[in-house]
Amino acid sequence: MSCLLVLIDHAEGTPRKVSLQMLTAARRLAAETGDSVAAAWFGEDADDAMEALGAGGVETLYWWDDPDADAYVTLPKVEALEAVLDTADVSAILFASSNHTKDVAARLAIRRDGGVITDVTDLAVEDGTIVATKEVFGGATITQSKVADGKLALFGVSPNAFPVEEGDGGEPEVVDLDVELSESATAARVTDVEKEASADRPDIGEAAIVVAGGRGLGSEDGFELMEELADVLGAGVGASRAATDAGWYPHRYQIGQTGRTISPMLYIGSGISGAIQHRAGMQTSQNIVAINKDAEAPIFQIADFGIVGDLYDVVPALVEELRARTD
Amino acid sequence: MKVIVPVKRVPDTAGDKVIDADTKTMDRDAGETVLCPVNEFAIEEAVKLKEATGAEVTVLLIGPDGAQSTIRKALSYGLDGAIQVTDDAISGSDALGTARVIAAALADVEFDVVIFGNQSTDARTSLVPAAVAELLDLPSLTYARFMEIDGDAITVHREHEEGWDVVESTLPAVVSVVEAINEPRYPNFKGIMAAKSKPLDVKSLADLGVDAAAVGAGDAAATMYAFEPRPPKAAGTIVTDDGSGSAADDLADWMEEQKFI
Ligand SMILES: Cc1cc2nc3c(=O)[nH]c(=O)nc-3n(C[C@H](O)[C@H](O)[C@H](O)COP(=O)(O)OP(=O)(O)OC[C@H]3O[C@@H](n4cnc5c(N)ncnc54)[C@H](O)[C@@H]3O)c2cc1C
Ligand SMILES: Nc1ncnc2c1ncn2[C@@H]1O[C@H](COP(=O)(O)O)[C@@H](O)[C@H]1O
Repeated sequence: MSCLLVLIDHAEGTPRKVSLQMLTAARRLAAETGDSVAAAWFGEDADDAMEALGAGGVETLYWWDDPDADAYVTLPKVEALEAVLDTADVSAILFASSNHTKDVAARLAIRRDGGVITDVTDLAVEDGTIVATKEVFGGATITQSKVADGKLALFGVSPNAFPVEEGDGGEPEVVDLDVELSESATAARVTDVEKEASADRPDIGEAAIVVAGGRGLGSEDGFELMEELADVLGAGVGASRAATDAGWYPHRYQIGQTGRTISPMLYIGSGISGAIQHRAGMQTSQNIVAINKDAEAPIFQIADFGIVGDLYDVVPALVEELRARTD
Repeated sequence: MKVIVPVKRVPDTAGDKVIDADTKTMDRDAGETVLCPVNEFAIEEAVKLKEATGAEVTVLLIGPDGAQSTIRKALSYGLDGAIQVTDDAISGSDALGTARVIAAALADVEFDVVIFGNQSTDARTSLVPAAVAELLDLPSLTYARFMEIDGDAITVHREHEEGWDVVESTLPAVVSVVEAINEPRYPNFKGIMAAKSKPLDVKSLADLGVDAAAVGAGDAAATMYAFEPRPPKAAGTIVTDDGSGSAADDLADWMEEQKFI
């Protein structure tokens, strides 16, 4: 039987939320295509995740239990996926539409005659073919795309596009993969991994709530206030380019056209004007709150709730009020 | 050292963008177009290599005649020459199709490093750099927030959600850069004047030995077949704070109503 394969994105043994969301998507599609749901896990530490994967509907887990998965750049995962393709009849692959994983999809598509659609916000089956919804032009236009018949279809799924829904599956059957890396695969070696603090805050791509700060914060110190607000809400912290350019917050937290694209349940922007390049990265948030002292700031045009006021009056009061209400 | 910088012509983000209803592709002649801003970071890295090692830097653009102003813009940063691949058959290519044309163009030239932008501001797929690397069987050192070349060794800091990986390989290699890598300079008057007379080598698919049937809309592996504008959003609630922070209460009420707390 053919299967839909979900490439599990995980952080040291814990599947990222997007992986469980992709399982929801795969189960929904499989119900219509008649495929089974399979997953691929590259790297060590899948043991603790078995239950979650089973509950997510994974019938077969293709596991390459090898530290080499992360010791080199991109190609080990490509070659491990090739090993899955050699073993199983895969009708489509779902992967997290994150930067590094898009590279895996691109290289695999070249090797195995595939087609890739990135940043997918919905998947459906029409006349037996999987079709993908994707937003372009900063969320202004919604498009439908598909991969040509006969090609290996690869869909890069955006975080928060699907809910996490638990099925009642048992433990998946584990198939150990034997992967012999080519010489090319070991050509680029990862010699060090730098992780910066904030690991206790959710990643802005996945967070249900994102608190973002801009030039209106006035200085780097303003981000302490943003972090305080975020921590009351269990939110991630993001920034506008004006703030990252000024060196107030690292670039990888930048939201916008040349930063991350986020679609949380709630975005709270303070001291951000809402330039088109910023909106390109947050317009699809389900709810938008803006705090800005300029009533004419364009961010108010897309805000569900806006406060015209000084963020240094409003945000500390908000933090206090939220603490009082959530205690 | 020889450096290639593939650059793209994109619509100005602030301008109108139009999808042609018949071909379902972006109408690139409809609005203002610019050199993709992310490519400016790649050009800056190339200019730094030029200053440090005397590297020869060539711009590569896949696109129609109208894109020549984009090529001259890229050259105005003091780069040495350009290759343009232009052919009606390319129109409608997906990212992998574009990658195939770029790889074919690179098969004919000598280079040590290819420096891409990590994404284009219009398509935003980020697929092209890794796909080109695969077609050329080279390492793909993408999302670099730092790069350094020492002899035939290259080190990059590859950005991810939690920080970055330090990655090493030998040249030749394919790199893509994120905007955190540098602050691009502006072209100077001398550069702008000189750009007009820099060599531009225009090639067709036939010149590259690429079968026209293998690229373009007809052979795109991924195609967009329908589109519609996002439905307009209902106007939100706007309150004005009186300087006491009391509007925070209204926001907290709203957040409670929406079940965020
Ligand atoms: C190619 C390109 C790519 C870009 N990519 C991005 C991107 O990815 N992300 C991004 O964000 N931008 C991007 N930009 C930049 C974008 O155009 C804007 O310049 C940027 O978003 C502005 O950031 P900002 O809103 O923080 O600053 P500003 O536009 O300066 O706005 C600051 C706001 O703070 C308000 N303010 C000031 N003080 C206070 C206070 N005490 N209380 C409340 N409000 C206050 C002001 O009224 C103002 O509206 C890009 C630009 C280009 C050209
Ligand atoms: N038509 C093109 N010509 C030359 N380079 C391109 C073209 N399209 C994309 N690129 C390069 O590929 C990078 C990534 O683009 P994309 O994969 O479209 O997000 C860009 O920053 C360019 O460096």
